Amino acid sequence: MDGMLVPVQQFFGSAWPAVWTLAKIVCVVVPLILSVAYLTLVERKVIGWMQVRIGPNRVGPWGLLQPFADVFKLIFKEIILPSGASKYLFFIAPVLSIGPAVAAWAVIPFNDTTVLADINAGLLYVLAMTSIGVYGIVLAGWASNSKYAFLGCLRSAAQIVSYELAMGFALVGVLMAANSLNLGDIVRGQEGGAAYWYFIPLFPLFIVYVISGVAETNRHPFDMAEGESEIVAGFHVEYSGVTFAVFFLAEYMNMILIAALASTMFLGGWLSPWPQLNYLTIAGFAPFGDGMPWLFAKMAFVLFIFLWIRATFPRYRYDQIMRLGWKVFIPLTLVWIVFLAIMMQTPWAGLFH
Amino acid sequence: MNVQAALFYFFAAILVFAALRVVTSRNPVHSALWLVLAFFTAAAHWLMLRAEFLAIALVLVYVGAVMVLFLFVVMMLDVNFDNLRSQFRSYIPVGATVGVLVLVEMALVILGSFLKPVTAPAGAAAARGSNTRALGSVLYTDYVYPFEIAAVVLLVAIIAAIVLTHRKRKGTKYQNPGDQVKVRAKDRLRILNIPSEKREGQA
Repeated sequence: MDGMLVPVQQFFGSAWPAVWTLAKIVCVVVPLILSVAYLTLVERKVIGWMQVRIGPNRVGPWGLLQPFADVFKLIFKEIILPSGASKYLFFIAPVLSIGPAVAAWAVIPFNDTTVLADINAGLLYVLAMTSIGVYGIVLAGWASNSKYAFLGCLRSAAQIVSYELAMGFALVGVLMAANSLNLGDIVRGQEGGAAYWYFIPLFPLFIVYVISGVAETNRHPFDMAEGESEIVAGFHVEYSGVTFAVFFLAEYMNMILIAALASTMFLGGWLSPWPQLNYLTIAGFAPFGDGMPWLFAKMAFVLFIFLWIRATFPRYRYDQIMRLGWKVFIPLTLVWIVFLAIMMQTPWAGLFH
Repeated sequence: MNVQAALFYFFAAILVFAALRVVTSRNPVHSALWLVLAFFTAAAHWLMLRAEFLAIALVLVYVGAVMVLFLFVVMMLDVNFDNLRSQFRSYIPVGATVGVLVLVEMALVILGSFLKPVTAPAGAAAARGSNTRALGSVLYTDYVYPFEIAAVVLLVAIIAAIVLTHRKRKGTKYQNPGDQVKVRAKDRLRILNIPSEKREGQA
């Protein structure tokens, strides 16, 4: 592999590090966009099956080309700028919402060695990136010069700031268990099989994290920012064509990101549930050993739960969302952090690491 | 000029421009957004000093939470800045005095550090290990009392804010979600078994 790259490396000369980094970024972003495309199809199929329908099945075999049909439709639609809208902010808003959604992927470890940026404060970086994604929504709502969009953006701002606290506290628990902010080290701290994954000692935090993740990505039943029964489509009501597609892309990228983070921090990341699987080799290669397939399987599981939640629950009322965030999740996570801290000073500390 | 210096000047130029726009832009929402950009570039400067914890904390706390709430309030208030600006010039004496004072104080601090021999730069501690770890260990050993006192002061501030703003008005109806969850169908719905009347002439 390295030998093959040498002529390419000489061709680019001193620009090589930049080119190589860009190539790696493309290797993450392109599969990510493709998985977003097929996540939309899976979502419609799964919800269809749950409601005893078939789901999309007209475009291509089993509807497999449906995402591309949707993309082409959105690309060819006219982009409408509402009168009285703030021209620059209106177009910057979708970019601001997709930028952080992609940027956070820089620190996600795909296996023991594959990670774009192996930084020490990875967990904090992820939290920072997910927290600035709200700007896209807030600006979209304000710049559209529409009451519905504005109501959606205010709801979203309050909701995301509230649930970020619970999410941050859940991450504090992970940080205490792993003694590290580096996502790779957090996964390595869970080695030894499914019984050592953090979702067992940190079970309440895991639940809080997943639910806050649904709230952070403005997914049903926390989609107060969209709330089509009350405020039409919320913050993106004035967006059409590609500008809407970018918001859509950002929402699904955030979903996949939350799934990746939940798998990394609570479900053992790339580790296999039984360490013995590493010794089950076929021609010197362990097909079920630790590696990316396990991470992807866990992400798919978490994403399925997101879809399941969407198909099952009715939308929350706004004040009850706030109550759940402030009066249930934050006290729960705080109590569990104190409990963890106390248990770590006792002889049973090993159970919580 | 090496890459690092070029990056520094690049970020510094953005930072100064954004800071200027915060005070000069006509629209308060635009001002808040320029301030976000200023925080972001300041975080980039800290990253260049290898203070990654401070940089990320700046983005997380100020950009991710404080400025969102700022924007929230500024958008809701819909302040007419042209009215506020009409008496702009009358504030010049006070503003100029404060500005000059700040300038003199900053000049004194910066001059003082120029006159002293150079001590360890901020990057030296970070070079040994993770900046986050170093900060944590110092915070909980050497500076544990100031740190705890600051935490208690903040807690008091939180409680004070809640006490000052929270009031129960008379006649307001409150819901108890616990009661709502506990409700069963038989509490709300009574099914009566009323025998149907028989029409005359039928058996």
